[in-house]
Amino acid sequence: MDFGLSEEQTLFQDTLNAFLAEQVGLERVRRIAAGEESASAVWAELAELGVCALLAPEAHGGVGLKPLDAAIAAECLGHHATPSPFLGSAVMGPTALLLAGGQGERLERLAAGDLRMGIALGEAIAARAEAGVRASDGKLNGKALYVLDYGADEYLVADSNRGLHLVCASDLEHRPLATVEKTRPTGELVFNDCPAIPLSTDPAHLQAVLDAGRVMLAADTLGAAQNMLDQAVAYAKEREQFNRPIGSFQAVKHMCAEMAAHLEPCRALVWYAGHALSEVPEEAHLTACHAKAHLAEVGTFVARTATEVHGGMGFTDLLGLHYWFKRIGFNRQALGAPELVREEAARAQQLAA
Amino acid sequence: MDLSYGAEYEAIRTEVRDFISAHRDQAPKGGNMRSKAVLDWQKLLIEHGYAARTIPEAYGGFGAEPDVLASRIIAEEFANAQVSQGLGGQGISMLVPTLLEVGSEEQKQTFIRPTIHGEMVWCQGYSEPGAGSDLASLRTAAVLDGDEWVVNGQKIWTSTAHLADWIFCLVRTEPDAPKHQGISFLLFRMDTPGIEIRPLVDMTGAANFNEVFFTDVRVPKQQIVGTRGEGWQVANAILRHERDSLGDPNIMLSRLNALIKLMHSETIDGRRVIDLPAYRDRLMRIQGRVMALGFNDMRILSARINQKDASLARMVVKLQGTELRHELEQLGIDAMGELGLAYGKNPYLRDHGNWQTHYMYYLGLIIGGGTSQIQKNIISERGLGLPREPKVAAKAAATA
Repeated sequence: MDFGLSEEQTLFQDTLNAFLAEQVGLERVRRIAAGEESASAVWAELAELGVCALLAPEAHGGVGLKPLDAAIAAECLGHHATPSPFLGSAVMGPTALLLAGGQGERLERLAAGDLRMGIALGEAIAARAEAGVRASDGKLNGKALYVLDYGADEYLVADSNRGLHLVCASDLEHRPLATVEKTRPTGELVFNDCPAIPLSTDPAHLQAVLDAGRVMLAADTLGAAQNMLDQAVAYAKEREQFNRPIGSFQAVKHMCAEMAAHLEPCRALVWYAGHALSEVPEEAHLTACHAKAHLAEVGTFVARTATEVHGGMGFTDLLGLHYWFKRIGFNRQALGAPELVREEAARAQQLAA
Repeated sequence: MDLSYGAEYEAIRTEVRDFISAHRDQAPKGGNMRSKAVLDWQKLLIEHGYAARTIPEAYGGFGAEPDVLASRIIAEEFANAQVSQGLGGQGISMLVPTLLEVGSEEQKQTFIRPTIHGEMVWCQGYSEPGAGSDLASLRTAAVLDGDEWVVNGQKIWTSTAHLADWIFCLVRTEPDAPKHQGISFLLFRMDTPGIEIRPLVDMTGAANFNEVFFTDVRVPKQQIVGTRGEGWQVANAILRHERDSLGDPNIMLSRLNALIKLMHSETIDGRRVIDLPAYRDRLMRIQGRVMALGFNDMRILSARINQKDASLARMVVKLQGTELRHELEQLGIDAMGELGLAYGKNPYLRDHGNWQTHYMYYLGLIIGGGTSQIQKNIISERGLGLPREPKVAAKAAATA
């Protein structure tokens, strides 16, 4: 029995963290967020490390690893607030293509980092502002809001019957939507008899793609929150007031302890949820929902508390803490806010209609 | 991730199951801890290695090598079968490991066998009215008079004092030494003249604890564990080794299931509580946290087997576990509304009133055994490396 990461997984985690710390530090994140530099170069560098190819089978140029390995990568990317289309192009896209079958060529292009796939599944969870997509005669009509990884070549779209489709960005109208989180481009897609490749009519496939995405967002929040906690602890050791490090005051150290106490058990939850995606299918949906919702709550608490430990400096742009704060806030709403996801968890156990 | 226990351990599980199904009619169902049924069951469990498993045979135990996975499997199977896994209490859980660590050979020979067999019941004399979180400031004094210690002072929070044959007790023997170096660890009989026990009624209405008063209690000189002044180290000796059992996440899960059942049976305006989204959302929030702590527990267990570090994961268990359990019990009460206030004799009482009992009892556990605030000190100082609070005691003493 070994409930935890293998030596290979720990090595992968260390390697990716070291790369991101060195190559994609806060200054680069700032430039990308400000639009002074494109995030594409980061994705190309991650492609060289094999991050784009984690889930694709070896036969299609991939590494053939498991969702837990992808969750480890997601945690690293969250830890460094790295701008990248990982969620759509390395996880949810490949998961959908593998379930649909017969999409070897696309998998290869995704794995190589040559194709970018955005995610337009939000309306299958909660349609807001009269958005929604209908499919008929191989064409899509309607609109999708807050698509993930906007700026992609293709989008994975859910229709109102929970079927999955692929559309080409050049076949539809689209525009970016500005949000508080500048490192994650989102946008709106408008479909007017838009030609689409039907991938699946099985709602279980959509569910599996969403579950995978939710575990990745949970892992991303885990990494981001851990980083905020680490920064808060380091600051509390160094910053002095009343001739003492502020971390020696119980009022401050207890804030740090509460963050750690809430966050540390999340690690095991995220690991298990990642493991269950491929290895315990009967528990995958429930654990994905709980990982997503619980990390949203704990992440929100840590984001706020870690900022507070930094006092006024936490509120400024100088330290850049807000990049993680906003990333955690984004992860909380994307692919289902906690109340919605918990309701799904209840339905999964026949506790709600 | 490898969540299988392996063939060797599945064989242990089968053995335990076979034992339980063959002997479950002999298992006591509650009852007096001195009853023949309880003592016979304890003896049978020790013979099969299901109690006192790692205590050496020379001292009456089963003599197995420590094996955390085997212990977990045994605990799981007894819990699932709802069959008693034998006696607990502070003698078995704290004194015996302490004696094994630092007791003299004679003490091991004298005390361990009857203790693990339930023939010698102990209470723990640590906390005092003026020494709670700051335990080392304890003031109960023992002065050597010829071949005897003469003990005077008061202990509090002494569970089972009224049932115990013996007490293991921290006393101050070196009043002029620094506070951690002036304490000794004494063992003495509870029927020694000069001991008075007063029950301490708690908010649940039960007297789970006592106050114990010592007036010129004479204790034979050799009934000391370790040497004089070494009592603090003796009391902390077992902390260097992790406890054999990590607590049982199955209990939290069974309470969660009881809560789900309650929310199906209770109604508001004819609608089941589970069908009301506000309550259901609270249930799901709690379930997510129960799940996280359950997997955290598996991680800790696995880290011990595989010699990996999970110290922070372990440090948060008491704080998180007691707080979560208290909230879980609170939702049970809220699901019943006014009916949830029922306590004692009331025709609308649900589940024997145990939602209120557990709700209050777990507030006691949030405070007891190291308060949540002490837990946060431990997590922040030992887990996160934050600086300790500067000491002010010396200054206060100087101005006094």
